[in-house]
Amino acid sequence: METFRAFISMVKDSIGYITHGSKVYHVWMFFLSLIILIGMYFYAIQLEEGLSATGMTDRVSWGLYISNFTFLVGVAAAAVMLVMPTYVLKDIDFKQAVLIGEGLAVAALIMCLAFVVADMGGPSVLWHMIPGIGVFNFPSSMLTWDIIVLNGYLFINITIPLYILFRHYQGKEAKAKVYVPGSILSVLWAVGIHLVTAFLYEGLQARPFWNNALLGPRFLASAFAAGPALIILVLAAIRKFSEFKIEDKTIKKIALIVTVAAQINLIMLVSELFKEFYAPTHHSESAYYLFFGLDGKTALLPWIWTAIPLNVLATILLTFHKLRNNLNILYICCFMLFIAIWIEKGFGLIVPGFIPGPYGKIAEYTPTWVEIWVTLGIWALGAFIFTMLAKTSIGIELGKLRYKKKRAVQTETT
Amino acid sequence: MGDKKKWFSLDFGVSKGEAVSTNSSCGCGSTSGGCGSHNAPPKKEPVASSCGCGSTSDGCGSHTMPKNEYLITAEEFDAAVEGTMVGETRKDGFQQVFDVKMDRRTAFRKLTASLLIGAGAVQTSCSAIAGEETKEKAQIDWEEQFKGNYKLMTQEEKQATVDRLVRSYQLRKKENIKMSATDASKDVLFGYAFNISKCQGYMNCISACVEENNQDRNSQMQYIRIHEMKDGQGFKFNEADDNYYHEVPAAGHFYMGTQCFHCDDPPCVDVCPVEATWREEDGLVVIDYDWCIGCRYCMAACPYDGRRFNWSKPEVPEAEVNKNQHYLGNRMRKKGVMEKCTFCIQRSRSGNDPACVEACPTGARIFGNLLDPDSTIRWVLENKQVFRLKEDLGTEPKFWYFMD
Ligand code: SF4
Ligand code: SF4
Repeated sequence: METFRAFISMVKDSIGYITHGSKVYHVWMFFLSLIILIGMYFYAIQLEEGLSATGMTDRVSWGLYISNFTFLVGVAAAAVMLVMPTYVLKDIDFKQAVLIGEGLAVAALIMCLAFVVADMGGPSVLWHMIPGIGVFNFPSSMLTWDIIVLNGYLFINITIPLYILFRHYQGKEAKAKVYVPGSILSVLWAVGIHLVTAFLYEGLQARPFWNNALLGPRFLASAFAAGPALIILVLAAIRKFSEFKIEDKTIKKIALIVTVAAQINLIMLVSELFKEFYAPTHHSESAYYLFFGLDGKTALLPWIWTAIPLNVLATILLTFHKLRNNLNILYICCFMLFIAIWIEKGFGLIVPGFIPGPYGKIAEYTPTWVEIWVTLGIWALGAFIFTMLAKTSIGIELGKLRYKKKRAVQTETT
Repeated sequence: MGDKKKWFSLDFGVSKGEAVSTNSSCGCGSTSGGCGSHNAPPKKEPVASSCGCGSTSDGCGSHTMPKNEYLITAEEFDAAVEGTMVGETRKDGFQQVFDVKMDRRTAFRKLTASLLIGAGAVQTSCSAIAGEETKEKAQIDWEEQFKGNYKLMTQEEKQATVDRLVRSYQLRKKENIKMSATDASKDVLFGYAFNISKCQGYMNCISACVEENNQDRNSQMQYIRIHEMKDGQGFKFNEADDNYYHEVPAAGHFYMGTQCFHCDDPPCVDVCPVEATWREEDGLVVIDYDWCIGCRYCMAACPYDGRRFNWSKPEVPEAEVNKNQHYLGNRMRKKGVMEKCTFCIQRSRSGNDPACVEACPTGARIFGNLLDPDSTIRWVLENKQVFRLKEDLGTEPKFWYFMD
């Protein structure tokens, strides 16, 4: 009973805590809400008109939504890079970063699910997918695997931090016996969500661009570069805007992860390019389209030729310890890497899968404003959720939110 | 044939009844196949006396098939093909004018809108003010929204949903449609063959298909694509034009049609997360439009560009609606669901050829039962040099190409 009361009190405190804050905080949240509302407005248009409001067609039937979904699965899995050392290897450094990382994972997963729903032709019959009520084509369809692993991962990433924060909220230490097995599970699970999402594409013999054994491993490598890169940027922002202490050492350790992952990613990219262009076959046409355009159709060129130099430059800069240890350069590198991988693993991966079509037809895809705004809306939603989660956990970690210590909250949030 | 049946690994025979005799040691059983519907059985080697031929000749008795005849000539075959099409190229069934205006009721739109669940509840509970019909409509919509997957329905449930759909159409459009839920019959496996030498690119098949299957007119959805290719360059699909608007046949070109190939091992079916699409017993790959959630995974998985998506609400002028429908075939679709060629399930299951076969003025399209040794399709498969597209993918399409 006491636990229950404590929990209610924590929820109440958190709500109080996230609705109060500095001016910057309010402006930021207002800005995000505005974008979310615009996104919802455009989603309503899409519901009314159907998916014809997007740039997708029978020839290119997945676009911006699925691209972002794919990329965000990677971001979600990145939390694992922090979970592992902290909980399992008892590396104290990461302890603060990890709560942020898991918050990020939760936000990214919610965005993933939102993107999938936005992409559906019939959101009103989504219940057909719920096992038990609907028909769940398991294990034949990789999409059902993906639903399982994503929701499972979401569950793990909500429960572990919730448990830890709840203990801390009550002023107790979190019991390692409880959360360590969970953490180990989440480590394995993160690799799972990645591979399964890659298999979603890899398993299609119809699309040679995806039907490629390197897709899964490359997903992992790029995600472990982009995800922690985002975490570094977020930690930098948190350091700036709150009193939460994050040591340089933590950031530098994460930077090491980013660097190694980025290097591996680059090696795989080289291997992929070699295979496609040294002995080009019919199946290399999608890669040709992506990098050089086909038949004068060159919509993706500006994107991919932004991504590749950014990727290479960032990886080279990160490789030098001196440069990496300079935090400003590090932030810039992380930003470059994040953008590069967003392009590369987003529509640089999805769109060329459909071009050329099964019979060689080259029909290009350009997202419409409806699509772009819905996408921005979902990103804003993710940022909104993350901000709330991060603020609460920082509050609890800093001891500002404590059971029966409500006074402290009120004084802080004026 | 026998074990050298490399071009098609399906077993026509096993557990499909006595009509088929693919006894491996005997070439005759299947070879005599095409004969029935044509003039003569194409047979090179004499019938082996000891094996399955006995039953074959029994089966062919009704066709008065003489034994030990020689190969059918190409002319005879052509004549036979044309024979099947005579008088059916000109259809006017869909030109009839029904004097009903397009009545898109607000209630209907509201109900089919995305958040139908809540709206349905409101409609039903507001029955005090709503008229009887409105109430019935709401009731139907409610039941339709929460019905199960057609594939898993019992016979009664299937009939119930068909009845509801017919009634619903009647209430909304004041028109009667005929909708069937005929299941696959035993000993039937549909297959299709396309004669590349014959096709002249007229696209009659496409328009017949659009009319027959109530495809969205706004987006000009077409299940069939005719690829125009240059003579002497082989099958260069990537250089072909599948959207031409000029007089045909264009000099120096040949034509090749594609559509859903009704793969025997269809990748599109495996990937569907909700089993909204499946392979029927007679080999047709179908979609339950009401169960599909519109994820388009199947579209990405199809190597043959076989699937079409309703990106917006499909519209067919009431006068042009084909009212002879099948639940899994040409019944009206809604926005956000997948559809594709069903080999005109509403026609093929009642013993007719698909609309494209009937409409083709050149006789380039052959359709029939692969398990019937007397069918034209079997004759083609056994006597022509047939091939299929992208065989390396292992999807086993039931759609062959051949040349004269
Ligand atoms: S052609 Fe495409 S849609 Fe048709 S059965 Fe094969 S994979 Fe499925
Ligand atoms: S679009 Fe429909 S039929 Fe195709 S995979 Fe998704 S739910 Fe299944």
